[in-house]
Amino acid sequence: MNFTTGEIWTVIVLLGAGTYLIRLSFLGLIGDRQMPPLVMRLLRYTPVAVLPGLVAPLVLWPGATGGEPDLARGLAALAAVAVGLATRNTIWAILAGAVTLFGMLFVLG
Amino acid sequence: MPASTSKSVYLRGIRDSAPFAFVIVPFALLFGVVATEAGLTLAQMMGFNVLVIAGASQFAAVALMDEGAPLWIVVTTALVVNLRMAMYSASLVPHLGRAPFRLRAFVAYLNFDQTYAAAAAEYERLPDMSLAEKLAYFFGVATPIVPLWYLMALVGALLGTTVPMGSGLDFALPITFIGIAAPMLRTPAHVAAAGASVVVALLLAGLPSGLGLLVAAGCAMVVGVAVETWSEKQ
Repeated sequence: MNFTTGEIWTVIVLLGAGTYLIRLSFLGLIGDRQMPPLVMRLLRYTPVAVLPGLVAPLVLWPGATGGEPDLARGLAALAAVAVGLATRNTIWAILAGAVTLFGMLFVLG
Repeated sequence: MPASTSKSVYLRGIRDSAPFAFVIVPFALLFGVVATEAGLTLAQMMGFNVLVIAGASQFAAVALMDEGAPLWIVVTTALVVNLRMAMYSASLVPHLGRAPFRLRAFVAYLNFDQTYAAAAAEYERLPDMSLAEKLAYFFGVATPIVPLWYLMALVGALLGTTVPMGSGLDFALPITFIGIAAPMLRTPAHVAAAGASVVVALLLAGLPSGLGLLVAAGCAMVVGVAVETWSEKQ
């Protein structure tokens, strides 16, 4: 980690303050005033807009293998996606990914 | 006797939070492990839990710091992950908007996925609840979750220093994010948004760390709304 102690605390405080203001927004400050429907629609997609894009490069070019695509990690990611879609359950998806990863790392040595 | 009904509603909130333990415990443990492996101190790791208290964004911030992304990109991207909570805040207004400001300010701190999901479902199921009962239920759900999150993250951090790295633990973070995102792909619009996010992020992977992701997230949100609007017209 190249971040200094001061920078890490800056991230924590800014993220904490910003997250709190997001949570307080309507409840504490804006109240019942209507937001444009388009804004509310865009907000609905924020988690699925960020997380897949964050994960994709980590899956294709894992840091642990120096950025080389890795069969065990690729299959583990696929297993997590498949089980997550099938069960709609976060914990089963993570378990499927973890079991696949450790199984493949064991088999492939 | 409003006081005693509020108390029983509070206890019902505590009881209804029980299933969330299955999500909170592994998540918090994992955050403790991942944050420690990334080089955060115990105080910094707990700083995230107490001041931010939003799991997915905490993982995102740690992952981006680990990659060496610029500070403003770390903060912006993690905040984008939390923007959905503005939606939670808005949908609580009809129920809790008349509470005193200090109570609303406290609700805001505790307004995360699990408390929101449980409260929204309960308010819909029992629309005649009084304001005091609605508040009691919300705080009831939050009561076991928050200390459990802090405690398990601490346990994870203490375990994290004893687990050898390079044994595949590096992949805990991507797997966790997939586990969070995959169950959200409920509609074609969500699938399209996720697909756009992946494609644009990979195409822009050459940009300075994290910048491509921000552009990808913006594109993905527009794609999600476009597909939603299009499928409504069908």
